[in-house]
Amino acid sequence: MTLASREQMTAKAPIRRWSMAAEPWLYLSPALVCIVTVLLVPLIIGISYSFWKFSAFKSQFAGLDQYRAMASDTVLHDALVNTLWWTVGSLFFQFFLGLGLALLLNRPFYGRRTVQALVFLPWAVPTFLTGLTWSWLFNPLIGPLPHIFYALGIQSEPVTILASPQTAMWGPIIANIWFGIPFFAITLLAARKSIPSEIYEAASIDGASAWQQFTKVTMPFLAPTIAITVMLRTVWIATFADLIYVMTQGGPAGSTNTIATYIYVSAFKALDKGYASAIAMLLLVLLIIYALLVIQMRRSLLKDA
Amino acid sequence: MVGQSRVQRALSKIGFYAAIGAYVLFAIFPIYWTVKISVTPTRLLYTEGIKLWPSAMTMENYSAVLSATDFPRYFLNSLIVSISTSLIVTAIASLAGYALSRFQFRGKAVVSLLLLLTQTFPLVMVIPPIFRIMGSIGLTDNLYGLIVIYTAFNIAFATFLMQSFFDGIPKELEEAAMIDGCTRSTALRRIVLPLTLPGMGATISFVFTAAWSELLFALMLINSESQKTFSVGLLTFIGKFAVDWGQMMAASVMALIPVCIFFAFLQRYLVTGLTAGAVKG
Amino acid sequence: MASVTLRNVSKSFGSVHVLSGINLEIADGEFVVLVGPSGCGKSTLLRSIAGLEEVSAGDIMIGVRRVNDVAPRDRDIAMVFQSYALYPHMNVEDNMSFSLKLRKESVSKIGTRVNQASGTLGLGALLERLPKQLSGGQRQRVAMGRAIVRDPKVFLFDEPLSNLDAKLRAQMRTEIKALQQSLGTTSIYVTHDQIEAMTMANRIVVLNEGVIQQVGAPLELYDKPANTFVAGFIGSPTMNFIEGVAGAKGEVKLADGSSIATGATSLKPGHEVTLGIRPEHLQLSGKGLRGEVQVIEPLGMTTQIAVKALGQQLTLMAMERTALSPGQPVHLSASSKHIHVFDRANGRRFALT
Repeated sequence: MTLASREQMTAKAPIRRWSMAAEPWLYLSPALVCIVTVLLVPLIIGISYSFWKFSAFKSQFAGLDQYRAMASDTVLHDALVNTLWWTVGSLFFQFFLGLGLALLLNRPFYGRRTVQALVFLPWAVPTFLTGLTWSWLFNPLIGPLPHIFYALGIQSEPVTILASPQTAMWGPIIANIWFGIPFFAITLLAARKSIPSEIYEAASIDGASAWQQFTKVTMPFLAPTIAITVMLRTVWIATFADLIYVMTQGGPAGSTNTIATYIYVSAFKALDKGYASAIAMLLLVLLIIYALLVIQMRRSLLKDA
Repeated sequence: MVGQSRVQRALSKIGFYAAIGAYVLFAIFPIYWTVKISVTPTRLLYTEGIKLWPSAMTMENYSAVLSATDFPRYFLNSLIVSISTSLIVTAIASLAGYALSRFQFRGKAVVSLLLLLTQTFPLVMVIPPIFRIMGSIGLTDNLYGLIVIYTAFNIAFATFLMQSFFDGIPKELEEAAMIDGCTRSTALRRIVLPLTLPGMGATISFVFTAAWSELLFALMLINSESQKTFSVGLLTFIGKFAVDWGQMMAASVMALIPVCIFFAFLQRYLVTGLTAGAVKG
Repeated sequence: MASVTLRNVSKSFGSVHVLSGINLEIADGEFVVLVGPSGCGKSTLLRSIAGLEEVSAGDIMIGVRRVNDVAPRDRDIAMVFQSYALYPHMNVEDNMSFSLKLRKESVSKIGTRVNQASGTLGLGALLERLPKQLSGGQRQRVAMGRAIVRDPKVFLFDEPLSNLDAKLRAQMRTEIKALQQSLGTTSIYVTHDQIEAMTMANRIVVLNEGVIQQVGAPLELYDKPANTFVAGFIGSPTMNFIEGVAGAKGEVKLADGSSIATGATSLKPGHEVTLGIRPEHLQLSGKGLRGEVQVIEPLGMTTQIAVKALGQQLTLMAMERTALSPGQPVHLSASSKHIHVFDRANGRRFALT
C-alpha cells in the first residue's frame, strides 16, 4: 500500500506543484489583462503617436518634429508656468490647512465624529460639482464671494475673479484646496494617531513646551508620511485637469491653461493627437525627474538624520 | 493642560473651537449655497441672490429638472456606469487581492510594482491614444466604453484595498477551517468571504464614487444625448441653455445624493482607502 | 484515537533545513510536548502533522495510514491555535459545531456533542456570544471545545496558552491536562515554555535547529539531559555551566586551579569538559570554589543567590534563609553525583559511573 501510494505521489507531485504555482496567476489574470490592454498598450501607442503628425485626412511620420514644435510654442511655455503655480499654490494650502485640521481633530472634543464627517465631505463631492459650485460662488449674480471680497476691499468692484487673467487661477486653486484638505487631514490624522502617547508624556516630563513637542516629536514622526503623500499629491495635482476645465477651460486668454488641460484640449478639440502625445511625454519626463529628485532628497535627509 | 492659568485655558479653548468652526464653515458653505439656490424661487433669485436664506422656498426647480429635462436619463446612465464599474472592479480586484494576500509566488513583487505604477501615472497620458483606439473599435459614444475604461483605471487601487482587507483576516482562520473539514474553496466561501463583505462594500463604494465623478473621459467619448452621464449632461446643459440657475443647482444636489449616501458608509474605511490609493482623488 | 509515527521527516526551503531526519513514535493516548526555542522547527513539525505544510521527505503516519498526501480535513485531527482562530462571524455554538455540520452529522448528534463539550468546559452560558464578546480565557476554552466536539484521532496544540496571563495559564495547564487524561486522546502540544512541557507531558521532545535533541519523560530529561542544549533549556533557573579539564579519577580542574570531584571516573585526563550543576545542587560550604555574593533574591520558600566565581555568574538556590550580604566571600561545593559532565567539543553527556 505504501509503495503504491508513493508511486502515485511521484506521478501526482509535478501536476500538483504546477497547479499550485498557476493558481495565483489565475486569480490575477483578469486584473492584469485589463490593465495591460486599457492602460499599458495605450501608453505605448501614445508614445509612438508623439512621433507622428495627424490631420483630418492623413497621418504621417514626423520624427522629432512634434518635439521641435514644442520649443517654439509660447502657449506651452505659459502652460508650464501655470502648471507650476497651480501645483504649488494648491499643494501649499492643501497641506498646511490639512495638517492643521488633522491636529485639531486629534484632540478629543464633544461632537468630533460629526465635525469629522462634515469636514471630510468635500473629498466625496464629484470634481465636476466642485468646479461648478465654486464658479457659481464666484459669480456676482448668485454667489456671495465677489460681494464679500468687495466689502473687504480685496476687489474694487464685485465681479468674478474667473474673468480676469490676473486672478483667474485663484478660482480653481481655491476649489482644489477645498477639495484636497480632507485628503491630507485624513492621512496625517492617521499618522498622528499612530504616535504613542507615552512619547508625549515623556517629552513633557523632560520639559518640552507644546511647540517643542510639535517640532521635536510630531513632525519627525509625521515626516515619512508627509514626504510620500506630498510627492504623490504633487504628481496628482499637476496632472489634474478636471477642475480647471470645468471652471475656466484654460481661459481667460490662456491664463489658467496648465499642461494637463492643454493636453486634453489638444487631443480632444484640436485634431493633432501627435502633438498632444508629445506634450504628454514632456509631462511624464518632468514628473519622473521630480520623483527622482524627491527620492534623492529623502535619501540624503535620512542619511543626515 | 496642567500649569496654565484659567484665562489662558479659556482662550485656548475659544481659539480651538473657532478654528474647528472655520473649517466646518469652509467645508459646508459651498454645498449649503448650492442647496439654497436650488430651493430659491426664480423670481427672488436676483433680488435675494446673496441672502443667506430666501424669504420663500420652492421645490419647482426639482420638479422641472425631473419632468422637463434629460437629467433623469443622465442620472440613470451614470447609475448604470457606476454600478457596473464598481461591481466588475470589485470582483476582479477581490481575486487579485486574494492572490496577492495569500500566495507567495515568483513575480509577485513585479505585479505589485506594476499596479503601483498604474496608480501613479497620469491618466492624461492615455487620453490621445484612448480617444483614437476607442473610436476605431466602436466603443465611443457608448456606456460600455466608459465601463471598460473606468474598470481599468480603478483596478489597481481596488486591488490594494482588497489586499489590505484580506491581509486583515488571519491565515489561521482558513487553516482552522481546513482542519475542521473545508476544502480551500469552501474555506474561502464560508469563512473568508463573509469576513471580507464589509471590505467589498467599501471597495464598491470607493469605485462607485470615482466612476460617478469622472468627467474628462466621459466628455471625450460621449456625444449623443441618450448616452450622456450626469457629469457630461450637467456641463453641456450649462453650455446650451444660457443659465437656469435654480434648475442647475437642483440637478447638482441630485448628483450629490448618491455620493453622500456612500460617503456615510465609507467614513470608517477612509483611512484604509486613502492609504491603499494614496494617489487617488 | 491513534498513534502517530514520524519516519525520517525532513523539510527544507532551498538550502535551509527546517526539519532534518525527525523520527518519533507517539503511542495511542500519549501526551507529547514538543519544546524548543523559537525557530527550532517545532511549529513546522506540528503543522506538517496537521497537513498545513508539506514535508520534503519522510513519512507521516496517523495510525497505520500514511497521510503525507492527505488533505488536512481528511486526517481526522483537531488543532488549537495560538491565536485561537475562532471564526469571528459565528457565535460560540456555531464555532463548535462547524466541523460537525461540514461532516453532515445529524442535528441531534451535533446538539448532544456541543452540549457535552460546553458542559465540560463551562461554556454553557456563552453559546450565543460572538468571539469578540469573550475574554481571553473564554476564547481559549471555545477553541478547546471546537477541538473536542470532533472526537478526533489526534489533538494538536500550537502554543495555546501563550496569549494568556500567568495565573490563567497555570489554571488552563491543569485543565487541559485533566481533559486529555479523561478523554485519552493522543495529543501533541507545542510550546516554548519548559514549565508547560514539564508539567503537562508524558514525554517531552526537545528540538533545536530542526533536530531532535532528546526524547524522554520530564524528570528523565531533567535528571539526565543528553547534551548541554537540553541541560540549559530544561529547568529554571537555568543550570550553571563551568568549563574545566579532566584530571585523574573523575577530578576536573577548573580555571582558578582548584579542582572538583565528579562521578565521571572513566574520563581521559586532559579531556576538555563542561560541567553542569543545577542551582539547587550548588551549596554554600566551608571550603570549595571561592566566590563573592553579588545579589540575593529572597523568594520566600527558597532564596536565590547570584555568586561571582571563576569570572562568571553562578546561580545558587538555597532552601533556607540566609544572612549573607552582597560582597561577602563564600565557598561553593556540589556533591559529585549531582554534577553533569559534558564533552566540550560536541556538548554530549558523559555517562556517570
